[in-house]
Amino acid sequence: MKKRKPIAESSEWTFEHLDAYETELARIAERYRLDTYPNQIEIINAEQMMDAYSATGMPVGYHHWSFGKQFLSTEQKYLRGHIGLAYELVINSNPCVAYLMEENTLTMQALVIAHACFGHNSFYKGNYLFRTWTDASAIVNYLLFAKNYIAECEERHGVEATECLLDSCHALMNYGVDRFRRPAPISAEDEKRRQHEREEYLQAQVNDLWRTIPKKEKVKVEEWPRFPSEPQENLLYFIEKNAPLLEPWEREVVRIVRKISQYFYPQRQTKVMNEGWATFWHYTLLHTLYDEGLVADGFMLEFLQSHTNVIFQPAFDSPYFNGINPYTLGYAIFSDIRRICEQPTDEDNRLFPDIAGSDWLDTVHHAMANYKDESFILQFLSPKVIRDLKLFCILDDDNEKEIEVTAIHDDSGYRRIREELAEQYNLSTQEPNIEVQEVDLRGDRSITLRHLQHDRIPLSEDDAKEVMKHLHHLWHFDVHLETMLEESVTSRFICDDESVRIVTGEKAVQTKSKAEV
Amino acid sequence: MAFLIIDRRPNGKHKGAVNRQRFLRRYRKHIKEAVADAVNKRSITDTDRRDEISIPRKDVSEPQFRHGKGGRQGHVLPGNKEFIAGDKIARPTGGAGIGGSGGTASNTGEGMDEFVFELTQQEFLDFMFEGLELPNLVKKQLKDTEAYKLIKGGYTSDGIPARLNVVQSLRGAHARRIALSGAIRRRIKELEGELKTLGEQAESEDRVQEIKIELDRLDRRLNHIPFLDDFDLRYNILIKQPIPTSSAVMFCLMDVSGSMTQDIKDLAKRFFILLHLFLKRNYQKIDIVFIRHHTVASEVDEEEFFYSRETGGTVVSSALKLMEEIVRERYPASDWNIYAAQASDGENWAEDSPQCRDMLEGSILPSVQYYAYVEINSSEDQALWHAYEEILEKYPDRFAMRKVTDSSDIFPVFRDLFERKSA
Repeated sequence: MKKRKPIAESSEWTFEHLDAYETELARIAERYRLDTYPNQIEIINAEQMMDAYSATGMPVGYHHWSFGKQFLSTEQKYLRGHIGLAYELVINSNPCVAYLMEENTLTMQALVIAHACFGHNSFYKGNYLFRTWTDASAIVNYLLFAKNYIAECEERHGVEATECLLDSCHALMNYGVDRFRRPAPISAEDEKRRQHEREEYLQAQVNDLWRTIPKKEKVKVEEWPRFPSEPQENLLYFIEKNAPLLEPWEREVVRIVRKISQYFYPQRQTKVMNEGWATFWHYTLLHTLYDEGLVADGFMLEFLQSHTNVIFQPAFDSPYFNGINPYTLGYAIFSDIRRICEQPTDEDNRLFPDIAGSDWLDTVHHAMANYKDESFILQFLSPKVIRDLKLFCILDDDNEKEIEVTAIHDDSGYRRIREELAEQYNLSTQEPNIEVQEVDLRGDRSITLRHLQHDRIPLSEDDAKEVMKHLHHLWHFDVHLETMLEESVTSRFICDDESVRIVTGEKAVQTKSKAEV
Repeated sequence: MAFLIIDRRPNGKHKGAVNRQRFLRRYRKHIKEAVADAVNKRSITDTDRRDEISIPRKDVSEPQFRHGKGGRQGHVLPGNKEFIAGDKIARPTGGAGIGGSGGTASNTGEGMDEFVFELTQQEFLDFMFEGLELPNLVKKQLKDTEAYKLIKGGYTSDGIPARLNVVQSLRGAHARRIALSGAIRRRIKELEGELKTLGEQAESEDRVQEIKIELDRLDRRLNHIPFLDDFDLRYNILIKQPIPTSSAVMFCLMDVSGSMTQDIKDLAKRFFILLHLFLKRNYQKIDIVFIRHHTVASEVDEEEFFYSRETGGTVVSSALKLMEEIVRERYPASDWNIYAAQASDGENWAEDSPQCRDMLEGSILPSVQYYAYVEINSSEDQALWHAYEEILEKYPDRFAMRKVTDSSDIFPVFRDLFERKSA
């Protein structure tokens, strides 16, 4: 064995050390074909980290009270010792900015450099969702544009009005994404230039849609085409383009919130993969450093302890249980892919004939690049991981008295667990499925949303009522939300100028037919 | 591979300060109530300590469409120990259990009813004293003023580029050019006139040539006069002018007589601590005079005022007399805005109360801007209260009196006494 020549012996970090680690890790990462954006490492203190938390990690952002709330809440938990702050925070931009906490030890800094600057960074650059939906080089500029635009709105229209508008947009933020359509990437430079024309053009379009001057040839009411001709899943987009009374600047603000929501959408869809990938690589990279004799035994012990904490998964009945730890699950799957490639068992040969015995590096890169959490779990969650984590499946049916255990880690259960777990990461079933169904163009101008209920899971009523009010604030006319269960309307929220009320059963259907007349 | 390591620590802290302010502004009503609550509950010594503020969570929630409880929901959980497929488990009671944790429940701790956070001390005091002021702060004077304003004081030929006055400079340059070129231009005019008359006669070739050379020379001289010269430059000059500021003094009169039990004294001190904090915070330049009295009154320092344990009988007028003396000696009413706050249990020597009334009416009230009396008393009205009621009728705008029975009254009464009156 080679004699060890560690990069550093102390546990206090210096800038030279960070530099040295970065250089070595970059060299090893290249060997593993990790393709990254250039790294920009920024050392910050606790308060700055809390700032970063409340701005979703972004270096610039528009002002809004909800970010202040986030900050206060983080600060409170941190000061009381309920939570530790993250060791690092990394954002999907080019160059890739990684924030490192000043109080990390040198070992931790090396770990987070490997984790963030090579793990997350290469994920951002390689995964198909990020490649299609986000433009890493434009995001910071776009956020800057958004910040300035909203500051300008505050100046022109008042802080209060702007804040109310943002509140309403935020309430619909999760419904401001295109789930299925492929987007044109956002381009920040164009944004400002195009914004003015868009304003005027858009307003003209809207006016035309809502024109009340009768056309020469009288068209019968029934012959008016349905609008929108197909249900629309992107509520904010629909509002931006079609809300009758919004001012041009309000449309632009809706658009900003929508764009930002779209930018974060891939992150919400790849939590397990992203963390798993980064954890897998910090583990692999630091072990390679050790094998090359560049770090000492003490370093490895400290690192392994942190690593173990990161991937700790409390059992469901533990007081520390807070859902499935994405680090654990993701790391377990990626490690297992490597194992299946290198040491396949009979079970693996039977279940994963495509990857068993293949080149592990090719396979993990392929998995990273082409999947999101849902499909990743469906494709790669192996019985071994299910056994290791002792996963089991329960069914909570409110028609039954008791909760039923439907599957455990045995031959008959693997498939079901895999499917259910994948479903648990499918955003389109985790969030209520709500679409714009119809706008009553010729009548009371009300908009009707449709909630397609699945497995009888209801909407949270209190939340839905509040969101309806926000929607009304944007639409300015009555808002209906009908819940559909198997082809029939079971309940209906109606929000008019004064209040939100809920009607159920027969009445819910009737109200709809009235609206159609 | 290009990379960059930046030390951001020296960069601005408080990047999120605006958002924090936005939040505080949005919930100012809630926070104000919480602050008032907190002040009431405190022990006297840490009235100004910052505190946790809690707001009902539903008031700060940001709604989203989300799933409620019910229907058929499947969950995958880790750490199975003894279950096998087909087992039935009783549904856990009370909200989050097995079912709630894996699914859509928000990760911000749905179970908590209160949104709790901490204000900085600065923010805490801001909320505490918001909307309060010393009434009738009107007398202004120039003595030992520290405030100046800069006013325009004409122009000077010397100064920094930022103060350059372009109009004055160009006007000066214009005048100089006119003055320096006058003689030359007059000569040019003469010569041009001569040239015109000569031009008709053929024999004057030489003279014409001569004149042309001369004109040429004059033109060059004219061109040599600079458009703008150093000594044309004029700079604005600003001079400092003292502005009248208001100077104010607050007299704190506290009864420490034997009838004041420890509890009552605590309440009185609470009141004065609030007052002290308020004045120190909102008025940079204010004198505070502490007077404590039993049968005799003495002027004491802050420390002694709040912590000394000396006690005795009661003669309230002694304090008023001392105040009057101090005003006469050190705080002439013509220059000073004088304020007084008096706290007592209202028990006084029987003959003394009318005397107090007379003193207040006769010499003190005419010279003060505002006089606040706080009676700390759980029993019925005392002689002093009755005596003061007569004064209240005559001077409703500069005299105020309130009654306090327990510690939760202190802050509301304090706010009430110093509430900013809408102009």
